[in-house]
Amino acid sequence: MERRRRHLLDLASLPTGEIEHLLDLAESFTDISRRRIKKVPTLRGMTVVNLFMEASTRTRVSFELAAKRLSADTLNLSSSGSSTSKGETLLDTARNLGAMRPDIIVLRHRHSGAPHFLSRNLDAAIVNAGDGWHEHPTQGLLDCLTIRQHLKKIEGLRVAIIGDIAHSRVARSGITALSRLGAEVVVCGPPTMVPPGIETLGCTVTFDRDEAIADADVVMMLRIQKERLGEELFPSEREYARRYGLSRAVLERAARPDALVMHPGPVNRGVELDPDVADGPQSIILDQVANGLAVRMAVLYHCAGGEAAA
Amino acid sequence: MTELVERRRVMDEAGMRRAIRRIAHEIVERAGDTDRLALVGVRTRGVPLARRLAQVIAEAEGVGVPVGELDITLYRDDVFDGLAAPEVRPTLLPFEVEGRTVVLVDDVLYTGRTVRAALDALMDWGRPRRICLAVLVDRGHRELPIHADFVGATVETTRDESIAVRLSETDAEDAVVLRSRPEERGESHGT
Repeated sequence: MERRRRHLLDLASLPTGEIEHLLDLAESFTDISRRRIKKVPTLRGMTVVNLFMEASTRTRVSFELAAKRLSADTLNLSSSGSSTSKGETLLDTARNLGAMRPDIIVLRHRHSGAPHFLSRNLDAAIVNAGDGWHEHPTQGLLDCLTIRQHLKKIEGLRVAIIGDIAHSRVARSGITALSRLGAEVVVCGPPTMVPPGIETLGCTVTFDRDEAIADADVVMMLRIQKERLGEELFPSEREYARRYGLSRAVLERAARPDALVMHPGPVNRGVELDPDVADGPQSIILDQVANGLAVRMAVLYHCAGGEAAA
Repeated sequence: MTELVERRRVMDEAGMRRAIRRIAHEIVERAGDTDRLALVGVRTRGVPLARRLAQVIAEAEGVGVPVGELDITLYRDDVFDGLAAPEVRPTLLPFEVEGRTVVLVDDVLYTGRTVRAALDALMDWGRPRRICLAVLVDRGHRELPIHADFVGATVETTRDESIAVRLSETDAEDAVVLRSRPEERGESHGT
C-alpha cells in the first residue's frame, strides 16, 4: 500500500475519532516527563524543524522539548534570525529547508493557511503551530486534554470562552474541538471582537460575561493583545477588565464554586485575569503547560508515522 | 491476509494453571527476598499473566508483590514500519524501579525483540538490581542473544506457524494454541 505523509494542519478537517485518538495518545505520553530519563528513542534519526515566523516563546519551547524527548534532532528558525528579514518568501525558505530533508516542519506564521501552503509544496510532514487568526490545533488539543483529565469527560460540559474571539486562533481551535467532542461552548467578548457567523463553528454567543460564566464547568480566558489597544475595537485596559476580565469577586459572584479557570498564556495580569484567580485554586493553567508538552509529543509521533494514500 | 487455522492445543486451562503456579514458585525461590521483588507485565497479555503470578505468590507466601504494566511501543525497532504510528498505551509502574529485582512477564518469547525493547524501557524508569524474564511459551527463533529465566512450556515451531496465547481476561478462555496457514503451499496469495 502507498504511504502518505500525515500532517496536522487544523482541527476543523480532522475527523472526531482522530481528535480522540490524539488525546488518548497524549495521555500515554504524559508519564515520560515524570521519569528518571525523560526521553524515549522513538524519533531517533529524524529531524524536526521549528520554523517560527512570528514571535513565540512558549509554543516553540514546548515543541522543541517535545521533539527532544522523542530523541529527534531539532533545528529552530525564527523570522528575526533568518533570511525572511531580507525579503525571502515563505516558499523559498521552505524549499531551502526541504533540501535538507527534514521529516517534520513545525510552522508558526502570521498568515492563515501558511501550513496548508507548505504541505502542498514540501515532502515533510507539516504541523501547524498557529497560523494567523485561523487555528492553533495543538492548543485546542491540550485544552481538551486538560479538561478531560480534571472532569473525566468533555461531552455535556459547558465551556465559556471569553475575550478577543475575532483575532484568536486559540478560540477557533478550542471551539471546534470542544464542540465536536460534545461540549456546549459559549463565547463572549466585546461586540467588536466577536465575529459574525462564529456560531457555525459550534458555539453560542453572548456579550454578557456574567451570563457566559454562570453554570460554566470551565471558563477559558483569552489573552488580550495589548497592541490592539490603540484600535477602536478596544476601549481601555481598565474598561475591558471591568466588563470582560475575571477577578476573584466576579468568579465568586457569577460562577460555580467548582468552575475551572484556564488561559493559554502569557497572562496579562490585571487585564483579562486577576493574579489571585490565575494563581488561585480553580486555576489549571500550569496543567495546560504540562499537557502542551504531552500533546506535542503525541502529534510529532503521530505525524512521524504515515497513513494509507487515498 | 490468510486466516490461520488451529493445528494443536499446546496448553489447556489446567496446564496453564499448573505452569503459572510453577513459575510463581520458581520466582520466589530464585528471588529469595520478596520485599524487593516486582512483576512487570508487557502489554497486552503479559499484564494479566503478571497479575496471576502475583496472586499465586500472595496465596503461597502471604506477601503482596507489586505489579506494573509496560508499554514498549516507543522502544520498538520497527515502530514506523507500518502505515500509521501504532497505538501507545500508558506505562504504569506503581513502585520505585531503583534497586528492585524486576521480573518481566510476557506471553510468548519469539525473536527477543520485544524483550530488548522492554529492557530499554524499564531502565529509563530507574536502575533495577536485577531483571529476569518469565514467559508462558518459548517458541524459539531468537534474533537477539536473549533467554528466559522462567518458562511455562517450550514449543517447537516453524517460522510460518503462530502461537496464540488466549487468556480469560482478554479472550474468554485459557489456552495456548498453535496455528498455521490452511494449506501447506500455494493457497490464496493476498495482495
